[in-house]
Amino acid sequence: MNARIVQLDVLRYDPEADSEPRFQRYVVPCAEEWVVLDALNAIKESIDPTLNYRWSCHMAVCGSCGMMINGEPKLSCHAFLREYDGVIRVEPLANFPIERDLITVADDFVDKLKRVKPYLIPARNEPIPDGEYKQTPAQLMKYRQFSMCINCMLCYAACPEYALQPMFLGPAAIALAHRYNLDSRDGGRDERQEVIASHAGVWECSFVGACSEVCPKAVDPAAALQQVKVASTIDWFKEHLLPGSGK
Amino acid sequence: MSRRPYVREVSKTRWYFRHPRYLRYMSREITCIFIGAFALLLLCALGRLADGQSAYESFVAALQGPWGIFGLLVVLIFAVHNATSWFNVTPKALPVQIGEEFLPGKFIVAAHYAVWIVVSLAILFFAGAM
Repeated sequence: MNARIVQLDVLRYDPEADSEPRFQRYVVPCAEEWVVLDALNAIKESIDPTLNYRWSCHMAVCGSCGMMINGEPKLSCHAFLREYDGVIRVEPLANFPIERDLITVADDFVDKLKRVKPYLIPARNEPIPDGEYKQTPAQLMKYRQFSMCINCMLCYAACPEYALQPMFLGPAAIALAHRYNLDSRDGGRDERQEVIASHAGVWECSFVGACSEVCPKAVDPAAALQQVKVASTIDWFKEHLLPGSGK
Repeated sequence: MSRRPYVREVSKTRWYFRHPRYLRYMSREITCIFIGAFALLLLCALGRLADGQSAYESFVAALQGPWGIFGLLVVLIFAVHNATSWFNVTPKALPVQIGEEFLPGKFIVAAHYAVWIVVSLAILFFAGAM
């Protein structure tokens, strides 16, 4: 291995011993092609087995290894060491409580994801012998980019609204709700609107756009949220101003 | 093994210094102060107009002084920043799908600039400046 020495300042937190997190410096011999996750694995294997972090696929698909790298939310399997100069600062994802070292508590995100019903609620329940629910390529393209979300929570770590107002449903959950609302096979929009068009939903978003800038899968959650705002506003006008709306 | 999650506090007053993208966002949001101030100025102009011709003319003369011009230039800079920063993000809110493809965002942005120019020229025309 053509090794070079890389220094990492990793935020450590042991809930049984520490009153608050502290940085620990590691000096790691690294290969040119390594990513930050490789360096963490090298630390755990040969320097400090007590270091805790989440990871799984090492190919930017599972969404487990999100962390703050030099203050930027990144998948650590997608952050090449050669792109950083000097000491690299590695911290748990911002805006989430720290469970231990680089592991955060994701319960809030998982709960919000459940609330938006991110699954197909068929518009028509057709008998199985009638075959699959068909969709044209144009109907697929309408929502396709939003279906690329891997629930890595980087967008939550970048979102200052979520940092300041933790009740905010947040970018990924609303983008996924929008993905199903846009699906021609789905009929669950009314159920999702109650959650995503609420005060804690899209109206808490002030369009910073950071979510889209940090997304490792090129999803554009900020676009989804603005589109939900437009659709919800049209809903309101239809409900209150159209003849026969009863308001 | 006990759970004791550690919550990192976020400063409610200095959070936007954490990253240049947040400062960019704040630069867009802060334009509202100048747009609001100009709206108040317009209301004052209406009030002066209601007070009569001489009151209105002295109001306009005050605006044409060096401080008036400076103030209006500052408002213009912030108004242009407000308009352009919002125009540039309109493709996110108003995607246009044609068949299986989406119209590139630059066309949606360009359409906004085109309408802006046409409306500005129309206002100048009706105001007798052209």
